[in-house]
Amino acid sequence: MIDIRDVLVSFGSGSHRIDAVRAVSFFVEAGETFGLVGESGCGKSTLLRAIAGLQAIAAGSVSLAGHAVGPSRTRAERRLVQMVFQDPYGSLNPTHTVDRILAEPLAIQRLDKVDQRIDRALGEVGMGSQHRFRYPHQISGGQRQRVAIARALIMEPKILLLDEPTSALDLSVQAEILNLLKRVARDRGLTMLMVSHDLAVIAHMCSRIAVMKGGEIVETLPVDRLRRGEADDGYTRELLSSSLEAKRPG
Amino acid sequence: MPLLQIEDLHVSYQGRTGPVPAVRGISFALERERLGIVGESGSGKSTIGRAILGLLPPSASVTAAQMRLHDIDLLRADQRTLRRIRGKRISMVLQDPKYSLNPVMTVGRQIAESYRVHTRASATEAKRKALEMLEAVRIDNPERVYDLYPHEVSGGMGQRVMIAMMLIPEPELLIADEPTSALDVTVQAQLLVLINELIVRRGMGLILISHNLDLVASFCDRVVVMYAGRVMETCKASELDRARHPYTKGLLACRPLIDRARPELPQLARDPAWLDGPVAA
Amino acid sequence: MTAVIDDKQSLRAWLLTDAPASRNQARLGRWYSNWLALRRNPLAMAGVAIVVGLLLVAALGPSLVGGSPYTQILTARLEPPSAEHWFGTDQLGRDIFVRVVYGSRITLMLILLVSIIVLPVGLLVGTVAGYFGGLLDILLMRITDLFLALPRLVLALAIASALGPNIQNVIIAIAITSWPPYARLARAETLTIRKSDFVMAARMQGASDLHIIWSHIVPLCMPSIVVRLTLDMAGIVLIAAGLGFLGMGAQPPTPEWGAMVSGGRDFILDQFWVATLPGAAIFVVSLGFNLLGDGMRDVFDPKAAGPKA
Repeated sequence: MIDIRDVLVSFGSGSHRIDAVRAVSFFVEAGETFGLVGESGCGKSTLLRAIAGLQAIAAGSVSLAGHAVGPSRTRAERRLVQMVFQDPYGSLNPTHTVDRILAEPLAIQRLDKVDQRIDRALGEVGMGSQHRFRYPHQISGGQRQRVAIARALIMEPKILLLDEPTSALDLSVQAEILNLLKRVARDRGLTMLMVSHDLAVIAHMCSRIAVMKGGEIVETLPVDRLRRGEADDGYTRELLSSSLEAKRPG
Repeated sequence: MPLLQIEDLHVSYQGRTGPVPAVRGISFALERERLGIVGESGSGKSTIGRAILGLLPPSASVTAAQMRLHDIDLLRADQRTLRRIRGKRISMVLQDPKYSLNPVMTVGRQIAESYRVHTRASATEAKRKALEMLEAVRIDNPERVYDLYPHEVSGGMGQRVMIAMMLIPEPELLIADEPTSALDVTVQAQLLVLINELIVRRGMGLILISHNLDLVASFCDRVVVMYAGRVMETCKASELDRARHPYTKGLLACRPLIDRARPELPQLARDPAWLDGPVAA
Repeated sequence: MTAVIDDKQSLRAWLLTDAPASRNQARLGRWYSNWLALRRNPLAMAGVAIVVGLLLVAALGPSLVGGSPYTQILTARLEPPSAEHWFGTDQLGRDIFVRVVYGSRITLMLILLVSIIVLPVGLLVGTVAGYFGGLLDILLMRITDLFLALPRLVLALAIASALGPNIQNVIIAIAITSWPPYARLARAETLTIRKSDFVMAARMQGASDLHIIWSHIVPLCMPSIVVRLTLDMAGIVLIAAGLGFLGMGAQPPTPEWGAMVSGGRDFILDQFWVATLPGAAIFVVSLGFNLLGDGMRDVFDPKAAGPKA
């Protein structure tokens, strides 16, 4: 479903050139949830934005659902992949009601039955009609993320990109959102690509994980190996030990 | 006499439509130990640190039966007394060095200035102390880093500079408000080891405020769990897994764990009774 | 009586409900809570009172006061304020109070027309420059700089004298010299807003650049631009008064306040009311807009709402 080959993303030119993503390749099967983990500056968010069509790539190819996509996407290609962003306070326009936020993609994609779709989207993320005409400052952080998820899903994409969707949320709210994402992925057969710095969250959500450092993938491993701490690469082991160090049995 | 004694602290902010209570009657005593205050957003944990140092906006109302550092009454202290306490006896490290360091001054100068505010040291003496401090926080090449500006250092290094700045006047108590939340996980671990070393070596008390239960549990001696401005539970960090309050148990249960696979995470059901729940530590 | 009170209560409840049932209810509710916030500020309310006062005087004043601003009673020249002539009379025996009231219409028209020109032009230039960046940004900003480089009053004077002295040309002159700061303001806001996640989300949905500018960027620029405009009103009134004072604005016998101050120059020592009272009107209106602008800025600025726990 997602096929990335030798993608290079660079900023600047000549002597000031920075390669944020270097020769990265991986694939994600349909219906799979794939994790990209790494520390700040490793290029995971840049790569995600390149797949989303928000960032031009300097070399390599990105294929979604079997066909290659370029930096400028057609409307149909836009419908295929949607994204949920990290900061619930920045991902909704403060001057738009929830209703307008959800109606906008429908209008852009020229979909019909607007009211029905909006009601259904709100219900799917566990919000009610009393929230429909509220403004973002009138709903909580967790609710904003739900609206962001509803916005992403209302166009019925096949692929959902998630950029640290819960790192700005409280622990208890994070649990709710992660449960919601899992349920939605299962019900709709979504392919998900999730970026996070939190190994526990990634291990909970994903079936396969790629570890990034300095713009490159240093290792790709299935989740059960990650859980057992069986990593080949030294950096992966370092990440694991830093995360596990602080864990207490619950 | 305990290092810090707080009894029945109430703090409200002045909101648009009336007072907004942030802390509703909390009490705890601190010896020379590491106390962790854990809570989600809205629990009031960050407010406590600022209330102790008198750093809340003037429109905020702060009342308590007692709030003292040794025998100094922090509640009724005037601004001059508070200024002498801040830095010299109680210091605070904040979350993001991007926002807490002066962007137009070199980091070395900021540390030196922190020293000169509390002692009558000369500029050369202060610089020497600052370089010493930079070494103490394990910064390689302190001479070079002394002349760097905050935007030229990484997040982890910026926090070390912050710690150097805050510990150079040799306070008795350090309040750390989410000191590692803006940092990567590998850097977090190193920074906590450093803080621990400095605290223990100087015999200081530490209040670590965080939303990260695991961090606090592994690092502190005692843990205070807050919810909606009140203390739900206090226990020894080593006994956290045997917590009794349903909120604490719920928080512990809803964490995703690397080594355990679960189809769904248990969700925290908020009991409205908790709003009027326990107060004292 | 109770029925009226009950209706008011339920209207208020309807506006402030936390579960609005329609887009309009939500929007009206938001305006109402902004109004409530403004109401809490006594100085802002004073500003509101003055501005509303100006509107009422301009709308109803002339018909209530009767008379004409042009009637000359040469036997009653330069009379001090009295029961018969509340503001006294000027050098041609015209009632100054009547002239000030009629002149309020001119002031109001001035303010409205300048705003209608300046706001869209500034917004358009600023948002387009900020959003697209690159060569377009450079070009638009250099044009803006061109207009900003020249002193406002001098440029307005030059334009007014080139076009001819009348009130319409004053409006054009002021509008031409006033739009640059709004373009700059809009551009600065746009540069921040265009990096927001919700703009990214809109791009991912396939929104066109025009749609993003109109739906997302413009509504977020509006508060600071409107506040700036109200604060600028005072300046606009004063420049018009200045041009009128220099003879470049409305020509006699039009009761434009600035021209009236100018006309009273020769009598300032002995019959001060001829120049001072129209001047006081200018002052009060400028102050009113300033207070209103300050109040609105406090309402729109989220930091003024106090910290969250």
